[in-house]
Amino acid sequence: MRAAARSRIKSPWLFHLNTGSCAGCDIEIVAALTPRYDVERLGCILVGSPRHADVLLVTGPVTRQMLPRFVRVYEQVPEPKAVVAIGACATSGSPFIGSQMIEGPPDKIIPVDIYVAGCPPRPEAIVRGVVTAVKTKFG
Amino acid sequence: MVDKMDYTPLRIPLGPVHPALKEPISFRVTVRKEEIVDVDVQLGHVHRGIESLAESRNLIQTLYLVERICGICSHSHTTCFTQALEEIGGIKPSWRALYLRTLIFELERMHSHLFLLGIMAYEIGFDTLFMFTWHARENVLDLFEEITGNRIHHSMNTIGGVRWDLSLHMVEKINDSLKEMEKSIKYIEEVFQDKTVEERLCGVGVLGYNEARELCVVGPTARGSGVSMDIRRDYPYAAYSELKESFSVVLRNSADACARTEVRIFELFESINIIRTILDKLPNGAISTGISVLKLMSKIPEGETVSIVEAPRGELLYFVKTNGKEGLLRLKVRTPTIPNVLGLKPMLIGCEIADIPVTAASIDPCMACANRITVINQDKGEARVINWENLRRRGKKQ
Repeated sequence: MRAAARSRIKSPWLFHLNTGSCAGCDIEIVAALTPRYDVERLGCILVGSPRHADVLLVTGPVTRQMLPRFVRVYEQVPEPKAVVAIGACATSGSPFIGSQMIEGPPDKIIPVDIYVAGCPPRPEAIVRGVVTAVKTKFG
Repeated sequence: MVDKMDYTPLRIPLGPVHPALKEPISFRVTVRKEEIVDVDVQLGHVHRGIESLAESRNLIQTLYLVERICGICSHSHTTCFTQALEEIGGIKPSWRALYLRTLIFELERMHSHLFLLGIMAYEIGFDTLFMFTWHARENVLDLFEEITGNRIHHSMNTIGGVRWDLSLHMVEKINDSLKEMEKSIKYIEEVFQDKTVEERLCGVGVLGYNEARELCVVGPTARGSGVSMDIRRDYPYAAYSELKESFSVVLRNSADACARTEVRIFELFESINIIRTILDKLPNGAISTGISVLKLMSKIPEGETVSIVEAPRGELLYFVKTNGKEGLLRLKVRTPTIPNVLGLKPMLIGCEIADIPVTAASIDPCMACANRITVINQDKGEARVINWENLRRRGKKQ
């Protein structure tokens, strides 16, 4: 397990899951991949399948419809894995807390390693969140 | 021989979590060979119950809540909501405030259109153009950050005006930035005329004029099908009544994905024109009423109204009913993606499976805006659907 974890430090692959966010955090994640911030130079890449990913980026408070899909995607990410909750909704559920349709925040359902605050957080903050998650979880 | 064989239709489920679009949306596509014969779009995966939440909060809290309906057109939502409240309360914002609202509105349209052009380039596999477009988009986000302090949710609007003023130094900066952006948008326009882009987009996802009228599609999707509609021109709000000469409505008749992309590219130039006129004509004066927002909120009486704006994706409608005690009795939001998603079915039928991402992206879907639920009685397994007759009967009763 330790060897598998250590092999993930150099180029962590990310999977992004929208569990009901307003698309604000999602476009900031994609903005982190585009030329201004360009995390691809660090070996990070957004992948299309959770089975290829090392780090799971969660945005949004978990809605009732997305709950079973969210758990399933989390289970599909191979061990060892890191989970980063991005944005105010994913860290605490605000401002949707109190709604009948919200089952989250995500840390009620799965273990979350790093919380990135902000509505939405800047791309720099997202990059730092991923770096911290990789260092603490795989380092 | 092969063509004479009878193929049974195959049902392919796509989504809700899939790599093509970042937001959860689910398609049930029926195909015969490669050809799509039926499409069923399922929404509701990101339904957060915002309309019912709004009923339990006060007006200022709701202002921040409606901003978070969508991260791409957040300013449209707050403009629409504050307009409704100002109409009910009889509050008149100053012209400077209205001009600043319009300025942010047009910058947001530029940011949204550049965002979509990048996504279109990504869907057709042209990653260089995707990166270039998103690099140009960062300029708009920088302006947002300098004017309002935020890249995505600007929180510019408040009841009776706006929250941030524009200094002379900023006006110069916006002008410089516009020059730079105009150059890069011209370059993007040239690249979009490239043969590979044309081959991939022309003739894909056709929605004819009559179908567009029948399905009531709005915004660039309607204008791409030759339907001349634009709320900015037809029912001017904010400062658009004074800016009529500085923009024209972009229309295309070929009704395919290429037409919708072109409409968006040329709307970018119109937006630049509008912003330049705003900066020239910007009147002096206060940016808000000078009365505390909490006092203004407590003075808003009981009443109801409808407010419309032209969001980047089309017509956005709010129905607001206040209770006179700082709260809401009912909030109804009709976002542009709802009629546009209905247009996906006629667009996709007859296309190939590989055309689904391009066609879906060409209407610029915003799933966070467009989520509804159907109430289902679990014991009986019946969905509560209201037909036209029942709806009319209910309307007459009230």
